[in-house]
Amino acid sequence: MATYLAQRILQSVGVLWAVTVITFGLLYLLPADPARLVAGRSAPQEVVQRVRHELGLDRPLPLRYLGYLGGLARGDLGRSYTQKTRVSELLASRLVPTLELTLAGILFELLIGIPAGIIAALRRGSWLDQLVMLLSFTGVAAPQFVLGLLLLYLLAYKLALFPLGGYGGLDYLVLPALALGLAGGGWYARIMRSSMLEVLSQDYVRTARAKGLAGQVVVYKHALRNALLPIVAMIGSDLGTFMGGVVVVESVFGWPGIGQLTWQAIQTVDIPTILGAVTFTAFFIVLANLLADLVYPLLDPRVQYR
Amino acid sequence: MKRWIVALALSLALFAQAQSPGGSLTVSFKDDISTLDPAIGYDWQNWSIIKAIFGGLMDYQPGTTKLVPHFAQSYSISKDGKSYTFKLRKGIKFQNGREMLASDVKYSLERMLNPKTQSPGAGFYGGITGVEAFSSGKAQEVSGIKVLEPYTVQILLDKPDASFLHKMALNFSFIVPKEAVEKAGADFGHNPVGAGAFKLKEWKLGQQVVLEKNPDYFIKGLPYLDSITFLVGQDPNVAYLKLQRGEVDILGDGIPPAKFVDVMKDPKLKSQVVVGNQLMTGYITLNTQIKPLDNPKVRQALNMAINKERIVRLINNRAVVAVQVLPPGMPGYDPAYKGYAYDPTKAKQLLKEAGFPNGFSTVLYANNTDPNPRIAQAIQQDLSQIGVKVELKTQAQSTVIQAGGTKGQAPMIWSGGMAWIDDYPDPSDFYWPILSCSSAAPGGWNWPWYCNPALDKKAEAADAMVQPGQEAARAKAYQALFAEVMKDAPWIPIFHEKRYLMHTARVGGSDAILVDPIHTPVNYAQLWVKK
Repeated sequence: MATYLAQRILQSVGVLWAVTVITFGLLYLLPADPARLVAGRSAPQEVVQRVRHELGLDRPLPLRYLGYLGGLARGDLGRSYTQKTRVSELLASRLVPTLELTLAGILFELLIGIPAGIIAALRRGSWLDQLVMLLSFTGVAAPQFVLGLLLLYLLAYKLALFPLGGYGGLDYLVLPALALGLAGGGWYARIMRSSMLEVLSQDYVRTARAKGLAGQVVVYKHALRNALLPIVAMIGSDLGTFMGGVVVVESVFGWPGIGQLTWQAIQTVDIPTILGAVTFTAFFIVLANLLADLVYPLLDPRVQYR
Repeated sequence: MKRWIVALALSLALFAQAQSPGGSLTVSFKDDISTLDPAIGYDWQNWSIIKAIFGGLMDYQPGTTKLVPHFAQSYSISKDGKSYTFKLRKGIKFQNGREMLASDVKYSLERMLNPKTQSPGAGFYGGITGVEAFSSGKAQEVSGIKVLEPYTVQILLDKPDASFLHKMALNFSFIVPKEAVEKAGADFGHNPVGAGAFKLKEWKLGQQVVLEKNPDYFIKGLPYLDSITFLVGQDPNVAYLKLQRGEVDILGDGIPPAKFVDVMKDPKLKSQVVVGNQLMTGYITLNTQIKPLDNPKVRQALNMAINKERIVRLINNRAVVAVQVLPPGMPGYDPAYKGYAYDPTKAKQLLKEAGFPNGFSTVLYANNTDPNPRIAQAIQQDLSQIGVKVELKTQAQSTVIQAGGTKGQAPMIWSGGMAWIDDYPDPSDFYWPILSCSSAAPGGWNWPWYCNPALDKKAEAADAMVQPGQEAARAKAYQALFAEVMKDAPWIPIFHEKRYLMHTARVGGSDAILVDPIHTPVNYAQLWVKK
């Protein structure tokens, strides 16, 4: 276990390091001159040169990268080109809303996806199964932008059940989380259905039924626990992705998450903020996957730490 | 006559009642407010908020482009136009309670000019004597900024500059208290302390900024509002719904394009919209250094080949067709100038004369956000009518800017999304940064790489007309200069966009204030709430 953990952590650090190298390289290969953008459209060459020097952009790329890594090690992500604020401060202000939306979004995905998947599996081939599959497909395929606007228009504007976007208490959280849940829940329903069908056809389920156990007990006690395993992996992956920000949902609902920050930074080629946000996101994806890998063997004794 | 007097009295009474102080308004924005540091903020959204918190020696009469002294009580210009002396009003207080002095003016300008501040506005002030020595680190101070007395500051220029007073009304020259700047350090942009009509009350990163009335503001009775809230991160479509419900009073990003036609058709909604001009020109640049666009006849032919009316229709008529560089409302704009009329037959004829009877192939760069790809396609179609085959490159804005500033790279650029909007309402701002020889440099905004030394001389001569009585003559000089630019045809002017401000019925303020040419979207200090 300890060696496994050490190995996985080492791997994770390796992945994170690779992410910083690649993003750093890509950002500075961009055909856009950050010094020029900071210096403003009316700036003469000399002013641009001075800004370039102040930003440290006149140093060779490897040196700049080492400077960045050094800062990262000290927890210093530099200052935003456009806002001049510490990137760490910008990220921190987005952390809690992002976490809230991530958890609530996953909760809705589970609430929608798991019952739908179970029902579809138990009534395989029926009209109910087909309806669930159709709806799940619609949820997955619908553009989140349209879905979000629709929810806002109907539930917030017309019926006034929820606030019209923005950030605040739980009532602000429901609609964006629901938008995420409706989209992702479709995937969960599909995975849950096929996983459930597979488990229900296993020998041990047949044995349980042969022992004379009631259908309900077989389904919820024996089959469900095993059928949930692939869902754990999905939660792990969603945890990472959502923590990286869900740009569309955040934009529609005016949710101050990390995705909005990243998107705005990309628009303005605010390199320190983009770098910080990407590193932050990569950290959560790696962490979530690590957690999922660690939890998995606890749920399924057949899987071992190796 | 009597009726007239009654009407006047009545409207005055209404006026007095309407402008009663108090209340608060909410403005929505899609993008975050990046910084409120006047030396650094350089986009329209931040500018007006900065103008609400800070101020400069000069300002504009609300709703107009007429310069008036602001923190300055008065100013005088030397005969040779190279020395400006400003007398500060006494008793102006910063929001930390300290009185503003002439030394604060010197400090603020030097701070902005210090390369460490990385001000995008430093380039505007390169004409002040001693700036070069200061910003290159050879001098400790700018020798041309002199504190003569506690309330008197003198600024010396290397050569006369008729737009200098505008630059003293520009955000970058706004006056900041040294002690507050030093206390906040690089975070001053989030902890602004000025002497303007409002002060910062609350800033929730990524959510909202709240300003409250500055009770010590030097103009008595202003501002009318107790507070003003800026909601950020608001999708324009959702903000529009919020406006309907009264949760938002002003759409900071304008009317969402998808709703525009509906709004303008509905009499009630339309009554909440104010239309105004914008000092902007959208244009296609024709690179004068790339064959065959280096031939003026070719550039003139292209000027005749574009159906500008159709392009204006593509954006729901939210603009007027442009035939010249300067926009309406700018001194030097020539209402009588006709430019190149749309005439594909004549364009073909000109191309033939230039030696291209079968046209040629070229490349057009454009920003990839709507409606610009659609406009680029319309341009492509128009040019194909005269045999010019255009390859479209629609790319991210920063990439297009980079291509434009790289010598010999972009034959043509559609400026949409990056069109020239004035920094200050003076024609020189449409010449020096975008059409002069010095701006035809790598990384510059002179994307046609146009250089006509004779016109540089004329612009310099016009800028030397600094005395108050010379304004009309100077405007004439610029009018003639831009007519010559159009003879060389480095641009195809396409349109001047209009501004549409949508607000709730309770927002008070004359139309001129609501589409104030200096403030985008509005002049916050002049707004009030109808009761």
